[in-house]
Amino acid sequence: MNWESWQAFWAMGGYGLYVWGSFGMTLLCIVGEIGLLRRHRLQVWRRLKRMKSWDPQ
Amino acid sequence: MNLYHYASPSTFYPLAGKLVPWFAALAFILTTAGLYISFFMAPTDFQQGEGYRIIFIHVPAAWMSMFIYVVMAFWSAIGLAWNTRLSFVMARALAPTGAMFTFVALWTGAFWGKPMWGAWWVWDARLTSELILLFLYVGVMALQAAIDDPRRSDRAGALLNLVGVINVPIIYFSVKWWNTLHQGSSLSLTRAPSMAQTMLWGMLILALAAWMYTIAVALARARTLILERERRTEWARAQLEGQA
Amino acid sequence: MLKFLFTVIRRDVLLAARRRGDWLTAQFFFVMVVSMFPLGVGPEPGMLRTIGPGVVWVAALLASLLSLGRLFADDYRDGTLEQMLLSPYPNTLLALGKAIAHWIINGIPLLVIAPVLGIQFNLPAEALWILVLSLAIGTPILSLLGSIGAALTLGLRGGGALVTLLILPLYVPALIFGAGAVEGVLSGTGSEAHLSLLGAFLMMSLLLAPWVSAMALKVSVE
Repeated sequence: MNWESWQAFWAMGGYGLYVWGSFGMTLLCIVGEIGLLRRHRLQVWRRLKRMKSWDPQ
Repeated sequence: MNLYHYASPSTFYPLAGKLVPWFAALAFILTTAGLYISFFMAPTDFQQGEGYRIIFIHVPAAWMSMFIYVVMAFWSAIGLAWNTRLSFVMARALAPTGAMFTFVALWTGAFWGKPMWGAWWVWDARLTSELILLFLYVGVMALQAAIDDPRRSDRAGALLNLVGVINVPIIYFSVKWWNTLHQGSSLSLTRAPSMAQTMLWGMLILALAAWMYTIAVALARARTLILERERRTEWARAQLEGQA
Repeated sequence: MLKFLFTVIRRDVLLAARRRGDWLTAQFFFVMVVSMFPLGVGPEPGMLRTIGPGVVWVAALLASLLSLGRLFADDYRDGTLEQMLLSPYPNTLLALGKAIAHWIINGIPLLVIAPVLGIQFNLPAEALWILVLSLAIGTPILSLLGSIGAALTLGLRGGGALVTLLILPLYVPALIFGAGAVEGVLSGTGSEAHLSLLGAFLMMSLLLAPWVSAMALKVSVE
């Protein structure tokens, strides 16, 4: 264990802004990408369903 | 074994569907392990303090950004040579993830550079090449998005991708050359700190995690793309049945 | 074969000569963009000399991009392009001819204008000469690589802005070597290395670009 307390962990020896800014943005990007992917998928499903409901078959 | 069998949407779609959770799980486990190593096991760097921990994501992201572009080019080449639709879908599915990693590499590079170099942005050879790589990704994606006809869109994107991949080494060389001539940023202050074993392991595991994540996301995106393209077929309707 | 190449070039040059307004637009664009910079950064001679080569080169990239939109578009619209692609001659030759014509129409005038603009930026005579030389080697690269972009975006809405996005990153080595050659003269480090690298890049573009843009034309017209 490197850290004496949670506070020390968040402070990152004075580099907190930079370290958490980096990791935070990475997390944001990944969450954003997965979110966009999910939205795209739902759109395609909805479109498929609509197409099917028009078609009497 | 018939590769064409796996290349048809009706076999690829369910297969990819089965693989996605596995790769996602692997990515999750590896990320957890990698983050644990990078925050709790890797020692403080004597030169850069705790700030160096940024490279645990910076370096894997930069690796992935270049690697994905090459893999895209590989699928593009296969698609153009053998006219396989699935390879184009794979190339297209990888592009946004590659662009995302390029952006992350740039962002973390800036956040590392500020405390270490004293500036958010330095026209360092690697940062500059990475920026141009981002432009290349954006170009391919913009071209694909601008063409409605999927057949043309696939091929045009693939061609541009291949031209880009031939150009990347030249661009990198020219930027490096340019950088050494303009001594302005001769801040040769350490890139990676002299690596302790644990640091290297943390980086490698996170790189592997990024790789697994890329596979999972690309497969999931490829499925969506296939479903979108095949929406007029019986097969796609059968998928709807299965889901409902 | 060569005859076909010459026919393609001659046709484009003649067409351009008939439509001089279009042609002049790109040249004046070049002049104006370059002239905006002193207004933006101030008339201090030392600074102008430092940024001069880069500014002229960047403006040359933009001017070449500006005229790319029309490289294939007119022939595409009236169906000539399709006919030409169906001709028994290799399409690579067609693409090469088109790129050469683009260079004759848009590249060569830049060589003539560039020294005048260089004087505006306080460049010494030797640097002016290298500027022209670097543009002479470099502008064919711009036409060749640009023809790929023009072929890929054929007939798309918003094609002009799109070409910029696709092709500008590919121009980076030409910009670095070209502007670097002139800076080499100014700083006294010499320009041979830059010019040789630029020449190598030209050879490579000459070998690969027509082939790729022929493929791109086929993809786009199909």
